[in-house]
Amino acid sequence: MLDDFFTRALVAGVGVALVAGPLGCFIVWRRLAYFGDTLSHAALLGVALALLFEINITFAVFAVSASVSLALLMLQKRATLSSDALLGLLSHSALALGLVVLAFMTWVRIDLMGFLFGDILSVSRADIAIIYLGGLVVISVLLLIWHPLFAATVNRELAQAENMNPDRANLIFMLLMATIIAISMKIVGVLLITAMLIIPAATARRFAKGPEQMAILAALIGVASVLAGLFGSLKLDTPSGPSIVVAALILFILSLVSAGKHFTTGVDAKRIATGKGPSK
Amino acid sequence: MYWRNTDYEKRAIMLKPTEPLLQMSNAGIERTGRWLVRGVEFSVAAGEIVTLIGPNGSGKSTTAKMALNILEPDEGSVTRGVGLVVGYVPQKISVDWTLPLTVERFMRLTGKVSKQEAGDAMTETGVLHLQHEEVRTLSGGEFQRVMLARAIARKPDLLVLDEPVQGVDFAGEIELYDLIKRIRDKLTCGVLLISHDLHVVMAATDRVICLNGHVCCQGTPGAVASSDEYRELFGARATSVLAVYEHSHDHTHLPDGTVRHADGSITEHCHPDDGHHHDHVHEHEPDDAGERSQSGRSGNAG
Repeated sequence: MLDDFFTRALVAGVGVALVAGPLGCFIVWRRLAYFGDTLSHAALLGVALALLFEINITFAVFAVSASVSLALLMLQKRATLSSDALLGLLSHSALALGLVVLAFMTWVRIDLMGFLFGDILSVSRADIAIIYLGGLVVISVLLLIWHPLFAATVNRELAQAENMNPDRANLIFMLLMATIIAISMKIVGVLLITAMLIIPAATARRFAKGPEQMAILAALIGVASVLAGLFGSLKLDTPSGPSIVVAALILFILSLVSAGKHFTTGVDAKRIATGKGPSK
Repeated sequence: MYWRNTDYEKRAIMLKPTEPLLQMSNAGIERTGRWLVRGVEFSVAAGEIVTLIGPNGSGKSTTAKMALNILEPDEGSVTRGVGLVVGYVPQKISVDWTLPLTVERFMRLTGKVSKQEAGDAMTETGVLHLQHEEVRTLSGGEFQRVMLARAIARKPDLLVLDEPVQGVDFAGEIELYDLIKRIRDKLTCGVLLISHDLHVVMAATDRVICLNGHVCCQGTPGAVASSDEYRELFGARATSVLAVYEHSHDHTHLPDGTVRHADGSITEHCHPDDGHHHDHVHEHEPDDAGERSQSGRSGNAG
């Protein structure tokens, strides 16, 4: 079944989407989109280092992304620069470093475009194994820390006071982000990973009534984007990674149109009808 | 085995009511060379309501955060009972639009709470009808009550409330303190209240700790209100407190302007000549201390 490259692409893409959805919800809730960008830009440095020291690319990307998150945590504690300035600094210096290191290695020929925009059609069986094993680990760990992480997302101090150990949950969450970036890089490329994380989650928000529901919806919307994007790219002969992101964007726009009605007439109109004022 | 252990330890707390739930010894927090608060010394026992008062910047919130394990003391120590279950009602939580969070889900935020327990707690604070609403659509007062319900649904050993009456009017304030007392009686938990409000809070309290960068005085509300340190700290406002806090509460002002008395009857007014016992000092202006002390004296005289 996995003999066909297109089937392998579908299987790999669906695997990534199922993991990216729930994780993406936390990125949206915690306003970490820029943080996701930083980690994925750092991934290119991971690729360069992997080629330089001849180690596994997925592992090297994970290691570099994890180091960048830890560096960010430490820099934030010293806090002389604001968080977004720190993120910009880390993000673009890691990207630039990666490009420079790659340029130095004249003896390796790599397809830079493949890393920047993904190369889902060249996914191998080993890649699929990594995606599903890694994805299983990410989802299992996320389930384990779900309650403390969600409590910490709503209010860190409340979670700390009521013994939920939010700092540990936050740290584990950052490592999960590094993992998802390492395993999904091949699908959409480092420049578009964040889109796979946040666009399905943002679309799910319009229909979700609770956090758990939103996570499941985001995973399903992500799967739909992968299927639509891949079949679209086959038909229209467009690059597959960007096509997946465009499909996700189209679903988001459709959700604006269809849920827009539900939303304003649902919550707000009910409030007006029952005579309660707008929230403070 | 782990849960058995904590269960046992929790029971141990309940068996020894004389042991404090929370003990702060000479605790202090320093930031960039300045002591935000220092030498904090007090304890909270089961069934006791302790109030921290003090002006803005006196270190009330910092002290509360030390008590709650949100901040580590840089000096001294904070000891909590082993396996202590804490219920925390923070001053304010802002919930982003991106977060789909209903009241019902919010009730289960930091631990397992059964439908029955959540329902009982929401009934207690009068927010059961809001359970399917999204929290970000609630008004300030509604959210305050939801946060209180969430904290008590956990059946805490120690309940900590940071400025619980902010944005609540005077009648609502008295009602809220009565509710806190009721919760204390029901759960026999210790309560730590943080307030900058002087008047009503003292009536509802067993012990007052007056902070101003350090503990400037502590004791029963009567002892604190008559101490020189307290008068110095709060000036003229302080003198009006005595008249207000030692009252027995025998009637409630209903929203429609009528008055419900202790015996359940409802009248237009609460004057002594309407045939009811009356030694209650009441006020309708929420924050004019001078006015209140005056009518307080005349009320006592009459």
